[in-house]
Order: sequence, then structure tokens, then C-alpha cells
Amino acid sequence: MFTSTSFASILPEILILVLGMLVLVVEPFWKEEQRRNVGWLTAGGLFAAMIISFFFGQPGDPTTTLGGMVRFDWLGFFFKMLFMFAGAATALLFMDNEKVGGRGEAYLLLLASLLGMNLMAVSVDLVMLYLAIETTSIPLYVLAGFMLGDAKSTEAGFKYLLFGALTSTIMLYGFSLVFGFSGTTDIYKLASLLTSGGLSVLGVLGVLALILVGIGFKVSIVPFHFWAPDVYEGSPTPVAGFLSTASKAAGFAVLVRLFFAIFPDATVPMAQNWAMSIAILSAVTMTVGNLLALPQTNLKRLIAFSSVAHAGYAMIGVVALSQLGAASVVFYLAAYIATNLLAFGIVMAFSRVTGLEDLKDYSGMSRRNPALALMMLAAFLSLAGMPPFGGFVAKVFVFAAGIQAGYTWLVVLGILNSIVGVYYYLNAMKYVYLYRMPEQDEENHPIPLTRPYVIALVVLVLGVILIGTVFAPWFGWSDAAALNLF
Amino acid sequence: MNFPVLSIITFTPIVAAIIMLLLPAQRKNETRAVALAAAIFALILSFWVYFNYDRVAGGYQFVETYNWLPALGIALKFGVDGMSTPLVLLTGVVMFTGVLISWGDDDKHVMAGIQDRPREFFAFLFILASGVFGVFVSLDLFMLFFFYEIAVFPMYLLIAIWGWVVTREYAAMKLTLYLFMGSVVSLVGVIVMYWVAGQNTGVYTFDMLQMENAGFSQTFQNVWFLPVFLGFAVLGGIWPFHNWSPDGHVAAPTAVSMFHAGVLMKLGAFAALRVGIMLLPEGAKYWSWLIMLFAGVAVVYGAYIAFVQKDLKYMIGFSSVSHMGLVMLGFSTLNRAGLTGAGVQMFSHGVMTALFFAITGMIYDRSHTRQIPELGGMSKLMPFAAIGFIIGGLVSMGMPGFSGFVAEFPIFMGVWGAQWLVAVIASISIIITAAYIMRNIRQVFFGDVPEKLEGHVGDVTVLDKVAITTLCLFMIAIGLFPAFMVPMVQTGVENILRLLGGA
Repeated sequence: MFTSTSFASILPEILILVLGMLVLVVEPFWKEEQRRNVGWLTAGGLFAAMIISFFFGQPGDPTTTLGGMVRFDWLGFFFKMLFMFAGAATALLFMDNEKVGGRGEAYLLLLASLLGMNLMAVSVDLVMLYLAIETTSIPLYVLAGFMLGDAKSTEAGFKYLLFGALTSTIMLYGFSLVFGFSGTTDIYKLASLLTSGGLSVLGVLGVLALILVGIGFKVSIVPFHFWAPDVYEGSPTPVAGFLSTASKAAGFAVLVRLFFAIFPDATVPMAQNWAMSIAILSAVTMTVGNLLALPQTNLKRLIAFSSVAHAGYAMIGVVALSQLGAASVVFYLAAYIATNLLAFGIVMAFSRVTGLEDLKDYSGMSRRNPALALMMLAAFLSLAGMPPFGGFVAKVFVFAAGIQAGYTWLVVLGILNSIVGVYYYLNAMKYVYLYRMPEQDEENHPIPLTRPYVIALVVLVLGVILIGTVFAPWFGWSDAAALNLF
Repeated sequence: MNFPVLSIITFTPIVAAIIMLLLPAQRKNETRAVALAAAIFALILSFWVYFNYDRVAGGYQFVETYNWLPALGIALKFGVDGMSTPLVLLTGVVMFTGVLISWGDDDKHVMAGIQDRPREFFAFLFILASGVFGVFVSLDLFMLFFFYEIAVFPMYLLIAIWGWVVTREYAAMKLTLYLFMGSVVSLVGVIVMYWVAGQNTGVYTFDMLQMENAGFSQTFQNVWFLPVFLGFAVLGGIWPFHNWSPDGHVAAPTAVSMFHAGVLMKLGAFAALRVGIMLLPEGAKYWSWLIMLFAGVAVVYGAYIAFVQKDLKYMIGFSSVSHMGLVMLGFSTLNRAGLTGAGVQMFSHGVMTALFFAITGMIYDRSHTRQIPELGGMSKLMPFAAIGFIIGGLVSMGMPGFSGFVAEFPIFMGVWGAQWLVAVIASISIIITAAYIMRNIRQVFFGDVPEKLEGHVGDVTVLDKVAITTLCLFMIAIGLFPAFMVPMVQTGVENILRLLGGA
């Protein structure tokens, strides 16, 4: 039965679909040199979709709609808003990328993948979930290899496809086993079967491990992270930014929903073992990510490894298996999306003018464009976890949740890791602020920013600062989202 | 009292920083004017707070509370007591004088001040200043931490960009990593305290006034006192974690050295006192011997290392370690005299060391050397600076009539009361200090001017003179009229003693 609630529950997706069609229809009528304006349409449309959904698509009490496929709750809503925000920012960043921005299909693929992410955040049925994940991934494979004729980009697209196909097959195998064990694909039914003892706990854990492979790929948890640096480096930079933020957050949305549904608190059988294994993954992920980020000389690869490490930090909140833990993960992702998009946006703005991406090419950047350098400072300090930027508060919340749950060792490890992080983030800033270009003639090499970049970067930097200073509303929403899990 | 004076003081520098960043880069003089205006404004307000603090009533005054994140018990709660009011004033003074001596001049060929990108320099410096004010006035542990971190990270940029070319990269990174490590160790302790306090009382809050009554068990306090106290005390330059500090002082540009030694080290000591000793008093009693040991070593060892330095700035850097050791020594006594002395010493050392670094910077800018044997006869070339340095030297030696005596005498009294042997050993530092200060005054300021320096070394500027005078006035004022500061610090000490169980 299709009620108004069911309509509201997929309102953002409907709007995205409409927008996608609009993009498809409008694009051929524009002249080639005007096609980049599709970016304005996409970003503006997504922004409008956010506003409309905010007023007409707000969830009330959590309900399951559309035949048990979709959950209508704050968790999904908050994530959808995050994805659409990231999508709008990415569309703006697409525009002045030479190889991507002038082609309408890039925006269409972006919207298609966004549609999938939105559904990932709300799916409560394994079949639906799998469809959502594939809807997200397939456009991203294409986008990663979007620069035809560029060997690195082709490699990135192909690598992403191979890894993605393999891991999603394993995950699908896990889903099929779940159905075989329990006869249901509804994750809440699955959870109640588990708590009532109707299922073999060990079997379920094994299956969860298989599913974790698929999600681990999306989130780039070590050891499923190998694709990340190469794909980020090779694919068009705005795509890399989107992959490392929205796509990763979508993975987290599934992780959080699935595992909190099955283990709503630490007393459920095997929950402790499960939390411990996630804790170990988290520890390995952040350590490996940070240590591999240390020797990088290419800024995109550095951010790629650091984003692996950030997945590790965020997982501390998952380990905690508490409401604060879930809220802190959601908050962390919000801060992280804004920050990392900002970082990638700066890399884009810089390499659009210079065509360079190595750390040493950033020498003298603060003299070439002081404002861009300041924004980069904000992004990197936020990644390093310094106030008044979002990264600091997010880290404190995640650590607080970890300590509350008794994982002090994990938090201490996280803290040691963030010291490593401070080192390489500040090291990058050293190039920007301290070193100079070989000829010391920075004033002759300005880095002009085009309007889409200015808008996107300013919005993102304000977001990073607002999340880091006025954190009460964000935390309130994260908390409301987390409440729906219990 | 509805005028939110403390938040205005705290946010003035950061607002000024934003204004400066919005100015075009070529407008150097406008940038400096904004900086000076903001510094004067903050100074006037901190004076106002200092003189309007009711010493009879004591306790926390000018309290402002804004609920920030009620769900987790985080509030923006500001207030000052007898301990922090002098430190707010100190920050105002150092900020004002720091701006003056960094003024720079685009026309002359003097190296003085900040010529390269003053806009960014003052903006980062002022962000740091906001952080410092914030820590001194915060009554909420989360916010204290928040501001603490804000005060730490601009240091990296300030040193790495405008510092001494030879060591700045190394020193800046070393300093940042040390301080960040210390602060995150404290962070773990702070979060643990938050949860345990919440479990004990049922109210989860970061409000330090409520956490004072959290009823932490003796075991808990014994375990967590050291990480919390030492984590903050790293920034206070406590031995054996002082290693970053002389390197940082030397590599930093003059105004940053002043801020760093004058204010930032107090930040560490103050946070260690407020969070470590005041929230975990039983732990403080349990571990006071260890703090006393560390501090005692810092006092004597710092003085000795300062004695053998050839570089004027390194000498002052190590003398800071020694003097901050006295502050920690005062804390470790946990008695009235020792704590009072430590409170005054924080102010006195802040002003004195800011003065030292300012004058060292003036000498270096003009002579391009800091090697003590290469200098000489500076009193002929810059008499004003010479007078300032001598006054600073007298304070450093603890001469009666200057603020150093008012501070150090009670500290030694307190230490004598707690552990007389430590007092005897620590007092050796006074002799060493007197030796190196007098030796250096003779070598640097008197005698003949070396040939290399003749001709191109000029006098200090008017702004420099204003800065020197301001700093000297405070040292003399406290020395001659201890009532200017001591009774105020005592009201703060009473509060600490109450928490310690009226020892």
C-alpha cells in the first residue's frame, strides 16, 4: 500500500531521480561550451531537494515502509542529507575539471550513485540493501575511469571494478547464507531470531564476517583498503573526493544500521566478541592508514591513506555499542565529509591551475593564494583533530564513547595515531607556508579560483568551522539518529 | 553583573584575527593598527577585571554560563578566581607588548619586527591569544581543553614560518608533537574523570565546579593524577619533559618567544593546577613527592644548563625551565605559602621572561648575533634596553624590591615547611642564577663594543621603549607593593586549600 508516509520516506530519492532526468533532457540542448552549467543545475537541484525533503520528508517515529524494504527514521534522514550535501559540493567541484565538467553524463552518474547511497542508508532488507549498494557502486566504477585515454584513470576504474565486484560477491554469498539459515531477509526479524536463540550464533558470526568484507571495501577498512590509494590517485580528483567521503559514509550507514540492529547492546550473546573483532580491525585500520600516509609524497595519496585511518577512528564509535557511540560515529562522519571534501576541493583547485599534485609542488602556495592556503590549513588541522574545527570535537566524542565502553586501550591507540597524523598533516602545511618556489617569484604564479570552487570551498570551510564550534545542533541530530537504532 | 566581560576578552583577539585576514595583504600598517587596537582593548578590559575583582568575597567572579551541549553537560562557562585573574592580566600585557615589538618597519633596513606577511603573523598570534584567554577563564573542562588546543597549534606555524632559519623546522615540529602528546594524554584522563564523576554523582557534566565534588575514590585519583597533571605540565616545561621548550624559545620569533615563555608555559602550569590538583586533590597529595622531585631537578638543572650557554636566547630558555620549576615546586608543597608564591611567580616570571626575550630580540635584530662572547658594550648603543635587562636580571635573581622576591620567598618558605632538604638544594639555583645573570649583563651590556658591531647597531625604537617600560613597571610595582597582587592570589589559594581538605 502506497501511503503518504511511504511517499515521504523516499521523497529525496524521487527528487534525485527527477533531477537526473532533467539533467539528461537538458544537457543535449546546451552548446558544448555551456555544458558545464549542468553542474549549477545539479548542485542547485540537490540543494533544492534538500530543502524540500527537510520540510516535507522529515520522519516521525521510525516506521518501515514499502513492504518492509525501507526504514523511515532519523538515521536514514540525517545520512541522506549528508550525502546530498556532499553530492552538491561534488557537482560544483566537477564543473571546472576539464575532463569531467563539460560532460553531462558525469553529473548523471553522480546522481545515480547518490540515489544508491540514499537507499543504502535506509534499506532494512538484505535484497534491497544489495541493490542499493550496487546502484551506488556501478556509476562510481564508471566515474573512476572517466578520463578516457588517461592510463591512470583507466587503471583506477578497472581496479575499483575488480575489487568491488569481488567483495560484493562475497557479501552476496553472505546474504544468501543468511537467508538459508533464517528464512528471512529482514534484518530486524533476523535480530529478533538471534536474540530469541533461534539461530546458531556462530553461524551468524561467520556470515557477518562475509558481509563485513563487502562493507569493509566501501569503508576501506584494512585489509580491504588496497584499492583506495590507487583509485584516489588515478580517478578524477572530484570523484576521489566523493569516493572518500559520501561513499565511505554510506558504507558506515550500513555498518551502523546492520550491526546495531543485530547487537543493540553489549549483553546480546557474542556481542562482546563481535565488538572486540571490530575493535581489532579499527586498531589495525588506523595504524596502517597512518603509517602508510607518513612516507607519501603525492598529496592525493596522502589524503587517501589518511582517509583509511579516519575510517579506523570512526569505528571506535561502532565498537562502543552504545547510543553515544552511534551518535559519535554519525557526528564523526558529518565532520569528516565536510573536511575531506574541503581537502580534495583544494587539491582540485590547485591542480586545475598547475596540473601538479605532489607535496613539493605546493611550495610557496600561501604566497600564491593566501586564502586557499588558509582553507587548506583549516582542512588539515580539522583532519588532524585540532579545534576550532570539526575534526576535534568529532574525535573527542568518539574517544569518549570508546572510554565509556571500556575500550581505553583502543582510545590510547587512537590518540597515538592522531599524533602521527599531526606530524604528516603539519608536514604538508610546511610546504604550503614555509617553503618557496625555486625562483621565489610566487607573485607571478597566482592560483585564481573560479566561481564554483569559491562557492563550494567557502561553504565547506564554514561547515567545518560550524561543526567544530557550534556543535550542539549537529550532535542533537546525530543523537536523534542514533536513538532510532535502539 | 551582566556585562560579559570575560567572553569579550576571550573573543576579541580572534575577531581581530578574522578582520586582519580579511584585509588585503599589502595593507601592512592597517593590519598592525588593528592588532594594536585589539591588544589595547583586551589589555584595558583585563585591567578592568583585575581591579574590579572583589578580593574580599573571593571565589569565582564574573561568571557567565551559556549552555553549549546540554546533552553531554558541556557549557561555555567562564569565570575567574584569584589564581587566574593575574594570568588574564599577564596575557593582556604580553599581547600588548608583543604587538609593539613586532611592529616592523617597511622603510628602514633594520630587521626589527615582522616584515614578511604581518597579516598572517598577527592573525595566528591572536588566535593563540584567544586560546590562552579561554583556558584561563574556562570553568568547563571541555571548553578548557578546547581552548588549550587552540593555543597549541598556531605555535607550529608561528615558529616554522617566522622563526630562526637554522632550527625552526625541527624545533616547531618537536614542540608541537611534545605538546600535542601531553595534551592528548590529559584528554584521556579528562574523559575518564567525566564518566567516573557522572557515575558517582548521577550528573554527567564537564563543569569543573561540580566535578570538584565528584567524590573520586583514592585509588582512582592515584591512578589518574599523574597522566592528567604531567600531560598538562609538559607545557609548563616540567623536567624531564622540558626538552621542547628551549629549542622552541630559541627558534621562535621574538614576540612568539615572549608569548611562549611568558604565557603559554603558565597555561600548562595553570591547567595542571586547575585540573590535576584541584579536581584530584588526593592524588596530588599522594604524588606530591614526585612532582617535588621533578620540579627540584628542573630548578637546579635548568639553572646550571643556563649557566653554561653561549647563546643568549638559549640561556633565557633554560632559565625559564628553572623558574617554571619553581612554580611547580610551589604547587608540590600543597601549602599556603608555596601555592601563593607559585601564583605570584607565574605572573612575575611571565613578565620577566617576556622582557628578556624582547630585549634579546632587539639585540639580535640589530647585531645579528646572539653569541654572548661576540657581544659587548650594548649599554652604550641601546641604554634603554640595558636598563630593562638589568631590572629583569634583578627580578630573576630574586632581589628584594622586585617581583621575583615576592614570588620566590614564599615558595622557599613553603618548600621548607614541606621538605627542608629540597629547599636547601633548590636554593643553590639562586646562586647559579645570580652568577649567570650578572656575568651576562657584564659581557653583553658593558665593556667595549666589538669592532664588528660598531656603526650599524642603533638604538631601540620608541615602541620598543614603551614595551620595556610597561613590563618593568609591573615588576617594580609588585616588588614595592606586594599588596597589588598577593592578597588576590591568596583568595585563589584558599579555594585550593579548601579542596585539599584545609591543609
